[in-house]
Amino acid sequence: MSILKRKASSDRKRSKSIWEQSFRRLFKNRSAVFSACILGFMFLFSFVGPLISPYSSNGIDVTVMKHPPDFTHWLGTDIYGRDVLTRLMLAGRISLTVGLASMVLSLLLGSLLGAVSGYYGGIVDSIIMRIADILMSIPSLPLLIIIAAMLSEFKVPTDYRLYIVMLMLSLVGWPGLARLIRGQILSLREQMYMKAADVLGLGTWRKIFHHLLPNTYPLLIVVATLSTASGILSESTLSFLGLGVVEPTSSWGNMITIANNLIDFQKHPWLWIPPGAAIFITVVAINVLGDAVRDVLDPKMKGR
Amino acid sequence: MEEPIITVRNLQTFFHLEGRVSKAVDNVSFSVPKGKVICIVGESGCGKSVTALSLLRLVDFPGRIAGGEILFHNRDILKMNTKEIHNLRGDKISMIFQEPMTSLNPVFTIGRQISETLLEHTLCDRKEAWEEGVELIKKVGLPRAEKIMDSYPHELSGGMLQRVMIAIALSCQPELLIADEPTTALDVTIQAQVLDLLRQLRDQSDMSILFITHDLGVVAEIADYVIVMYAGRIIEEAPVTELFRHPRHPYTRGLLKSRPVIGQRRDRLYSIKGQVPDLSELPQGCYFADRCESCMEPCRKEYPESVSDAGGHKTACLLYKEGVANGSTTAEDY
Amino acid sequence: MDRPLLKITDLKKYFPVKGGLFGRPVGWVRAVDGVSFEIFRGEAFGLVGESGSGKTTLGQTVLRMHGRTSGQVMFDGLDIHSLPPKEFHKTHTRMQYIFQDPYSSLNPRIRIGDAIAEPLLAHRLATRADVREQVESILAQCGMAARFMDRYPHEFSGGQRQRIVIARAIALNPEFIVADEPVSSLDVSIQAQIINLFSDLQEERKLTYLFISHDLGIVEHLCSRIAIMYLGSVVELATRSELFLNPIHPYTKALLSAVPIPDPERKRSRIVLNGDVPSPENPPSGCRFHTRCPFAKDICREKVPEFRKVEDHHQVACHLF
Repeated sequence: MSILKRKASSDRKRSKSIWEQSFRRLFKNRSAVFSACILGFMFLFSFVGPLISPYSSNGIDVTVMKHPPDFTHWLGTDIYGRDVLTRLMLAGRISLTVGLASMVLSLLLGSLLGAVSGYYGGIVDSIIMRIADILMSIPSLPLLIIIAAMLSEFKVPTDYRLYIVMLMLSLVGWPGLARLIRGQILSLREQMYMKAADVLGLGTWRKIFHHLLPNTYPLLIVVATLSTASGILSESTLSFLGLGVVEPTSSWGNMITIANNLIDFQKHPWLWIPPGAAIFITVVAINVLGDAVRDVLDPKMKGR
Repeated sequence: MEEPIITVRNLQTFFHLEGRVSKAVDNVSFSVPKGKVICIVGESGCGKSVTALSLLRLVDFPGRIAGGEILFHNRDILKMNTKEIHNLRGDKISMIFQEPMTSLNPVFTIGRQISETLLEHTLCDRKEAWEEGVELIKKVGLPRAEKIMDSYPHELSGGMLQRVMIAIALSCQPELLIADEPTTALDVTIQAQVLDLLRQLRDQSDMSILFITHDLGVVAEIADYVIVMYAGRIIEEAPVTELFRHPRHPYTRGLLKSRPVIGQRRDRLYSIKGQVPDLSELPQGCYFADRCESCMEPCRKEYPESVSDAGGHKTACLLYKEGVANGSTTAEDY
Repeated sequence: MDRPLLKITDLKKYFPVKGGLFGRPVGWVRAVDGVSFEIFRGEAFGLVGESGSGKTTLGQTVLRMHGRTSGQVMFDGLDIHSLPPKEFHKTHTRMQYIFQDPYSSLNPRIRIGDAIAEPLLAHRLATRADVREQVESILAQCGMAARFMDRYPHEFSGGQRQRIVIARAIALNPEFIVADEPVSSLDVSIQAQIINLFSDLQEERKLTYLFISHDLGIVEHLCSRIAIMYLGSVVELATRSELFLNPIHPYTKALLSAVPIPDPERKRSRIVLNGDVPSPENPPSGCRFHTRCPFAKDICREKVPEFRKVEDHHQVACHLF
């Protein structure tokens, strides 16, 4: 984001940027490295795994219905005889994508609205913050359930539901973020260097995007990791309730739905334990990584 | 000189940061005699504050006292256990800091904070402690002592708070008062008041003061004996009139010349070039060599020893070591 | 020294003290209360005062970093506080401000080359093609090597940062610079370097300074005319030699005598002032200084002294003279 083109040899002992330093410290944190490895594995598992798998997601095979795990089907098969491992991988694609995409969307919305609100103040601030207040004062789960029920009512095709779930999650996610960013911008705006920027006559957008927002990046990164985890959880909740991603598209949430059936719950644990474990491991790993990143980027926030 | 109250020998305080050792205080020795004001003067990062904190073992992690001894009436503070050191702090040795505002707890009244120290270290009850507190406030020259006892820190100005801090420090009649830049945050007119007060207290109670400052003007006002520090080491020390009359070390001379003095205006200020070296990457020879105007070949080879003359003026500079260069005459000239 | 570059007339700046249930102003802090003076082209004008005297507020009001309560600031014929936004934006290239603390006045996430280039581009004083050369030459003028351009502020010491801040201000090639205690957070040996930089730049670029400081030694060194401020108003204004040889106002005298001098053998008769500076929210009646003045009379408590000329280049506000 530098204005000046850098000459390759201009400074031999080129400064270690703040990022490089943080990265190195993060690398020393054992639990962070461990959870990053787990997440890396989860991504490979979900995005590369299905390409290797010999089974297809809808490969119904009536001969092996509810077959327990063995060497041909490592995690067994479900009620239609589909390979659980393959479905788990494909479900991972959906869950991770929904988590990440809803995070990116709510981050964009939240930081932009938060920054504008904090920078301009006055009436703009009041309008944005009141909308955020309203969204935050409605419990998110009932809101999501209502929207999802409406989707079912209007017979939205299953393919689109995925995208609509992302939008729903970011709609619920941005207000909290916007408030955080607004608070940061408010205090940053009082910094001496922002006064200096005023006296130097810099433009408004330059001040917001080059001076204020970069100073909130540490906070943004931490919030981003944590909101990815909550995105994955919310998607699973909705799908479990049959309101998010629905069959035949698989997601970790709707795969656990099978556990509602007492017989399947008791007799066929390979149907619901793997997706449950996948959700648990992924979310814990993301949260541990998020905590570590927070410690590295902003030691002052420790213990908050 | 009389029997010193505190003697520091070869004190070393190092900071360990990301695998690097930063020698904040290295090989510092001095002593504080009874009833005198010793000033440690130097710029930021020269180790003057760390020296003061080391005396009471108040250096926080990642700092560590790596060696030396600090003898308080012939007992080594560095070997004392937690209880002994606790009894020493605030009782025999007390300390005041640069920022009076942050040294007091904002949620308690001044009176409570003064009497707390008294209750901790002396045998008196709450009422006596309170009365003693009023006396102390009067002693440091604050009007309406009773009212001040009932007020909170934020209701008082910086100068008043520094007086309160001095009152708290005096509460147990310490033998040594360590004052770490006590007037730096104050305005000149208030600084003059506080300096007067400290001088007066020394005269009345025979208390010794270790005064840390960066301002040579303040040193001239209050010191009996001056220690100049640079990059963690003592580079020059002498009685105050001697030091100001015949400064020797090129750094001390530079400091004296680079400060504009009222009524002695020159067209251009003298300035010492460059900046203080990084304490974790100190050069081999004299630490001041890169900035020194009279740097010679040998200066870059080894750190100069401190040489004392007959009058007790010690300088750690090769210009004053016999047999190297042509000695003090050249140095005295410029 | 004929026509003033900057003319301040009866400038006032009050800050509201919010209180009560609805945050209505319950009082006013009179930070600057009726200040008038002129600064001539090419001179360094010193403004001296203790903390709370309103010197910083005055400096910032001159540059319209916030509104004024009343009064006028004329800069080369322009009424700064009544200019429309577009015209006001143009004045940034003519008037600049240097802050006290070089640590907080640089954004930690912006490389210093960018920090200097930004204002040049914002005012179209450079194109993206030639901005690098310009930044290099400005840094060189301030004693910094071009290779530092790609570094972040945290890699520099206080003195170097202040050089960067100065470079950023002079990059726009202004005529007038307000410097607010630019050296007070620096070490003595570095202070001298920066002060010399200020005088060099003044000579090279024919700059006019409003130099705000609490340090009389530095002001005497750098400034040719000096105003002393106390509780929001100027109590004495004179040329350097007049002020230091023949101070009139009791506050000026006390201030001069309180400055420590690095000479232990010189014994001075010192005027030690009693008490503290009163609150600007509730300033004393009459002469602001009467609560601490050793020579106060009845008239001082009742009537505000007029700021009048006692000699050609010497003005003072005191009943006693």
